[in-house]
Amino acid sequence: MSGAEAAPATVTAARSAPVAAEPGPLREIWFRLRARPSAVVGLVIVLALVGMAVFADWIAPYDPSATNWGAVRTAPSLAHPFGTDEVGRDLLSRIIHGARASLAAGLTSVALAVTLGLPLGLLAGYAGGVIDGAIMRLTDALLAIPFLILAIALAAFLGPSLTNAMVAIGLSATSIFVRLSRAQVQAITAEEFIEAARAVGNPPWRIALRHILPNIVPAILVQATLTIAAAIIAEASLSFLGLGQQPPAPSWGSMLNVAKNFLDQAPWMAIWPGVSIFLAVLSFNLLGDGLRDALDPRQRN
Amino acid sequence: MSAPGTTKLLEVRDLAVAFETRGGMIHAVNGVSYALETGETLGIVGESGSGKSVHVLAMLGLIPKPPGRIARGEVVFQGRDLLALPDKALRKVRGGEIGFVFQDPMSSLNPAMTVAAQIVEPLRIHLGLAGAAARRRARELLDLVRIPDAGSRLDQYPHEFSGGQRQRVMIAIAIACKPKLLIADEATTALDVTIQAEIIALVRELKREIGMAIIWITHDLGVVAGIADTVQVMYAGRILERGPVDDIFSDPRSAYTLGLLRSLPDLGVRDVRRLRLQPIEGTPPDMRLPPAGDPFAPRNRYATPRCFLEAPPLSQAPGAAPGHLVAAWYDLPGQLARERPTP
Repeated sequence: MSGAEAAPATVTAARSAPVAAEPGPLREIWFRLRARPSAVVGLVIVLALVGMAVFADWIAPYDPSATNWGAVRTAPSLAHPFGTDEVGRDLLSRIIHGARASLAAGLTSVALAVTLGLPLGLLAGYAGGVIDGAIMRLTDALLAIPFLILAIALAAFLGPSLTNAMVAIGLSATSIFVRLSRAQVQAITAEEFIEAARAVGNPPWRIALRHILPNIVPAILVQATLTIAAAIIAEASLSFLGLGQQPPAPSWGSMLNVAKNFLDQAPWMAIWPGVSIFLAVLSFNLLGDGLRDALDPRQRN
Repeated sequence: MSAPGTTKLLEVRDLAVAFETRGGMIHAVNGVSYALETGETLGIVGESGSGKSVHVLAMLGLIPKPPGRIARGEVVFQGRDLLALPDKALRKVRGGEIGFVFQDPMSSLNPAMTVAAQIVEPLRIHLGLAGAAARRRARELLDLVRIPDAGSRLDQYPHEFSGGQRQRVMIAIAIACKPKLLIADEATTALDVTIQAEIIALVRELKREIGMAIIWITHDLGVVAGIADTVQVMYAGRILERGPVDDIFSDPRSAYTLGLLRSLPDLGVRDVRRLRLQPIEGTPPDMRLPPAGDPFAPRNRYATPRCFLEAPPLSQAPGAAPGHLVAAWYDLPGQLARERPTP
């Protein structure tokens, strides 16, 4: 209402008071997301995992790396609600700290993939021609290699560490975002409002950044959320293979690797990291599906 | 109607546009020449594929190249050939000196930007306005296109506006920099009839206030009758007839114009009114192989053998009002008189 003269402003304020004042797109998305129970469940679990990772030092009952030779592979008890592992470390504390590796890997690798993939896709889709051809053939080549295989190969090449695992996963996921953003750019470029933007005298870079980019963000956001789920599995897989988080720092994947040797004696060692990975992946998938529905332009009124 | 000025604002000379497709070269515009005077309103009429939209998009460099290509011609606007301008200079013309309104107001506004942000764009690009000054001007423009409660609607998104209001916003964007020329490409086609009338009335008022020339492209002769000083009938990428609006309606010289008038239900024009409503037989020519002669000849019952061989030039129609031009080898009034001898 800024800039309005006093009289009309009060009239408007009175009329629109019961409704939301400025129903921006973000607010609208939130309303639609809230109407979907599965998306809300996903969001709650995601937030819980993020809280666990951020406040791990405060909520974990034990030091996740502290061994206790007096309590090796003890079953869940009051002292150790999730039990202990083969060197007596508290599994609950390790699960809580392990959320850091999983979430960091999921978020960082996807952030890397978007940072590389989005500009490349934007360029390919908007510039077209030879640039498009070059970028897309490279992308096709990368897409021809299965995601996990490529991540394993890259991680093995870079050397075992959590950082390298994240880079490997991020690079492997980049082609998804190149392809998606290029397709989105092409779809948006065909819209009449882009022609209208050109008719107003906008230079090409402004059309790409101000008119096309904001319109492809929803699709990228949905894909990013779903890719985080895939990246969490990939991190767990790399850590399971010893290519990710290095001992003694905890990671759900490496915990599973150790646990497989004690499946019959200490099944809890495998159950908790397994359940954690499952919940993390499920929650990001639920959230991503919910976002996809909430952002679907066909459901705009 | 305000009297047209005397200086030439725009001169199109022998413009030809083609599109390279897998099926061959499509000759969309085949040698169009005309002039537009300062403050004149030109109505361009024609069916889909007549080249009426393509030729104005081509003028402003808005057709995709490739597949589009300007085969030949010049478009002189205020002394400069737009087709020879570098892209950067052409962008200064687009939205600055020439405003453009598109057909579908539901899809020609960016759904992810507020209305204010979209109105401010031409102000920033062409006038260097920003911040509060730009916002004030955006509000004035919304007032100017008669959107009530303009101040509070600036920060809304296009989906919060009705179709007619969106077209008003599009017009506000097009006239933001007080253009010399406004091009409206089927600007009322997607709107229902009452809204159409409102938009036309608005454009006429704005024309009086700003004094701009208008090219109004439509397939609706009723709309043309309501807004244009001059009418130009296009078919198969050519101009078949051109003249003052009243003469075109009362004394059509092209068989195609006559066909269009006859296919109107009730125009209220005396001479045409008695005629039965009848469609034009046949289909437009395949623009991959444009006919050598008059493109309308195969559908024209008055066509002479010469029509099939040689394209008629656009020239003064004999016995018609000055400035009433037609491209025809046949004599339409004579043929009509022979067909129905006066009782």
